[in-house]
Amino acid sequence: MEMLNGAQICVRTLEDLGVEQMFGYPGAAVIDIYDELLNSQKITHYLARHEQGAVHMADGYARATGKVGCAIVTSGPGATNTVTAIATAYGDSIPLVVISGQVATSLIGSDAFQEVDTVGITRPVVKHSFLCKKPEDIAVNIRKAFYIASTGRKGPVVVDIPKNCQNPNVKIPYEQGGPVHLRSYNPTVFGHKGQVKRAAKLISEASRPVLIFGGGVVQGEASENLAKLINRMNLPTTQTLMGISGFPGTDPHNLGMVGMHGTYEANEAMHNSDLVIAIAVRFDDRVTNNARKFCPNAKIIHVDVDPASISKCVHADIPIVGDCNTVLGQLLQSLDEQDLHANPELDAWWAQINKWRERNSLAYQRDDKVIKPQQVIEEVYAAVKRSGRETYITTDVGQHQMFTAQFYKFDQPRHFVTSGGLGTMGFGFPAAAGIKVAYPDAQVICFTGDGSFQMNLQELGTCKQYHLPVKIFILDNHTLGMVRQWQSLFYHHRYSQTNLDYNPDFLKLADAYDHKGFKVSDPKELPAVIDKVLSMDDDLVIVDVITDTDSKVFPMQRTGGSMEDMILSDNVED
Amino acid sequence: MRHIISILSENQNGALSRIVGLFSQRGYNIENITAAPTEDPSISRITILTQSDSVEIEHISKQIHKLVNVIKVSILDENEDGAVEREILFVKVQAMTRPVREEIKSLCDIFKAQIVDVTPELYILQYVNTSAEIDRFLQVITAQADVIETVRSGVCGIARGEHALHL
Repeated sequence: MEMLNGAQICVRTLEDLGVEQMFGYPGAAVIDIYDELLNSQKITHYLARHEQGAVHMADGYARATGKVGCAIVTSGPGATNTVTAIATAYGDSIPLVVISGQVATSLIGSDAFQEVDTVGITRPVVKHSFLCKKPEDIAVNIRKAFYIASTGRKGPVVVDIPKNCQNPNVKIPYEQGGPVHLRSYNPTVFGHKGQVKRAAKLISEASRPVLIFGGGVVQGEASENLAKLINRMNLPTTQTLMGISGFPGTDPHNLGMVGMHGTYEANEAMHNSDLVIAIAVRFDDRVTNNARKFCPNAKIIHVDVDPASISKCVHADIPIVGDCNTVLGQLLQSLDEQDLHANPELDAWWAQINKWRERNSLAYQRDDKVIKPQQVIEEVYAAVKRSGRETYITTDVGQHQMFTAQFYKFDQPRHFVTSGGLGTMGFGFPAAAGIKVAYPDAQVICFTGDGSFQMNLQELGTCKQYHLPVKIFILDNHTLGMVRQWQSLFYHHRYSQTNLDYNPDFLKLADAYDHKGFKVSDPKELPAVIDKVLSMDDDLVIVDVITDTDSKVFPMQRTGGSMEDMILSDNVED
Repeated sequence: MRHIISILSENQNGALSRIVGLFSQRGYNIENITAAPTEDPSISRITILTQSDSVEIEHISKQIHKLVNVIKVSILDENEDGAVEREILFVKVQAMTRPVREEIKSLCDIFKAQIVDVTPELYILQYVNTSAEIDRFLQVITAQADVIETVRSGVCGIARGEHALHL
């Protein structure tokens, strides 16, 4: 049998698991693994400029490809720097394996140099974690980590490897393991047959049904079956922020996003429905508003792979635990077997929904002098359509994120990447870099704000080093827009600490990293600049778009109210 | 309401901290907890006493089960045949004078508690019973003697009848 040391085993196991790209940052506690990475023919390592950036890159890579993202960092500060990024992946159930170095086992607990309890610090934000105590643990724990991260409700897994376990001088036998089996971990795949049958019947009987789906559809590759169900039963459909791209945004069945900044028609349809068909959503508070006032007349069918998500926030009348793609397949089959069809009363329901639609709740006023943030998203969308090019979009967090969710129509799964659950500012740019690593030929665009972008802009260096020419549109309103919006609406215009009057010159910043930069403030020039930027295949471009400071995201649900408690504009209330 | 949760978990480092962490993380309470390996040393059995309503106990149970190294979870008091539960109590009491010593001895006889250690001045009493009975015993002893120190094991329980928590 082949004899390898711990560092070699670590790299070889990753190779055997099919890892081709990984992200990270070296340090004393992983130096042996890094030494071994130099020998690897199969793995390309991307050096980030900050561990948080490395893990966000792996996260973006995972979201866009569906593969397990992989990052490696050193002990102590290396590991603590990853915590926000791990929590980001956890918040959106993204499959990720983070390998962290640890001080030697003999030093654990001694407050050694660069020692922290990585497993302890990350415990509340990982799906699972492992501490390797001997070289023999490394291969088996990494294999388990990949299996756990990528099955059931996906999520990040940490593997902590002490330095002495990587010792180049200690060799042990290595063999490529078979399939992983864990007696304590068996995610449910198939939905309960009786429940599926009942659900199918309810769907055909409902006169005012709404289907709502979440990120599980995207991560669970369920888009095809979902579209079949929606089309077959003529279902009005809405999605959470994380669900966006799981069903075509241009399809007339799609009412747009639901929830706090959801469309008028989506929220009204939810509130007035008699049946909510919830596929892989977890009924986050940004979706339900006040859970006690949620959809008062609706029965709820809830399909989710995680039993703990069912009836957690909203009581489910028909809970179905299982992989959402499998359960959707079962539902379609059950509809066929029972010969069930859409209720004819749906025509009246659609007529009502179309009336709500006519309200055009996303409408905004353009201006000759000032660029409206919504306009940037619309213009970029139009330009991308014109270009006909495969394009991935990432966002940071705040107003620009909501505008992207509202105005950009995503027709292909995994093409919209955003931090929904945790809402991590600084996510968008490194995530875009990670996607560009996965798909070098695709256009990758990051919409960000002047606040968010400054949280992880150090990765401009990474993008230069590895030639990752992503396009960054900064919707630069010189303020933390979403907080300002709240201060404006609910805090009597008291703008506490939200002015960003000391932004850097983003063009000089681009220049400093040897990238390209554009600045645009005239609405008339915007389309031409966008076309120009999107045609610059070889350059990372920062586009500093000066936008209106006082634009707000509407509709906006009133906190504590029901789904239909919405503020629709600065003046008109509904 | 009072609930006893029985958990079978992989006997690995960090397994208990994940369970305990879950309680604080999600705002559930732990009244007491016991943990020890089972007859199969690779498995730990953990018993947690908690106060929660019927909705919350279901959430707790699901969240614990979701932990990757938890094998099985059961709410003992939801077993239709009921459950047997016991706690062990040690009390160190001052026993300097003959009347006090005699009083303690006779109370122990009544409660079927044992005196497990004796010095010229101190007795250690051992009492095994339900939590409620232990409360009562402690109350009586405290009234009759100076209690120096007490320690309780936390609840240990097992379902009656055919229901069993095993692999």
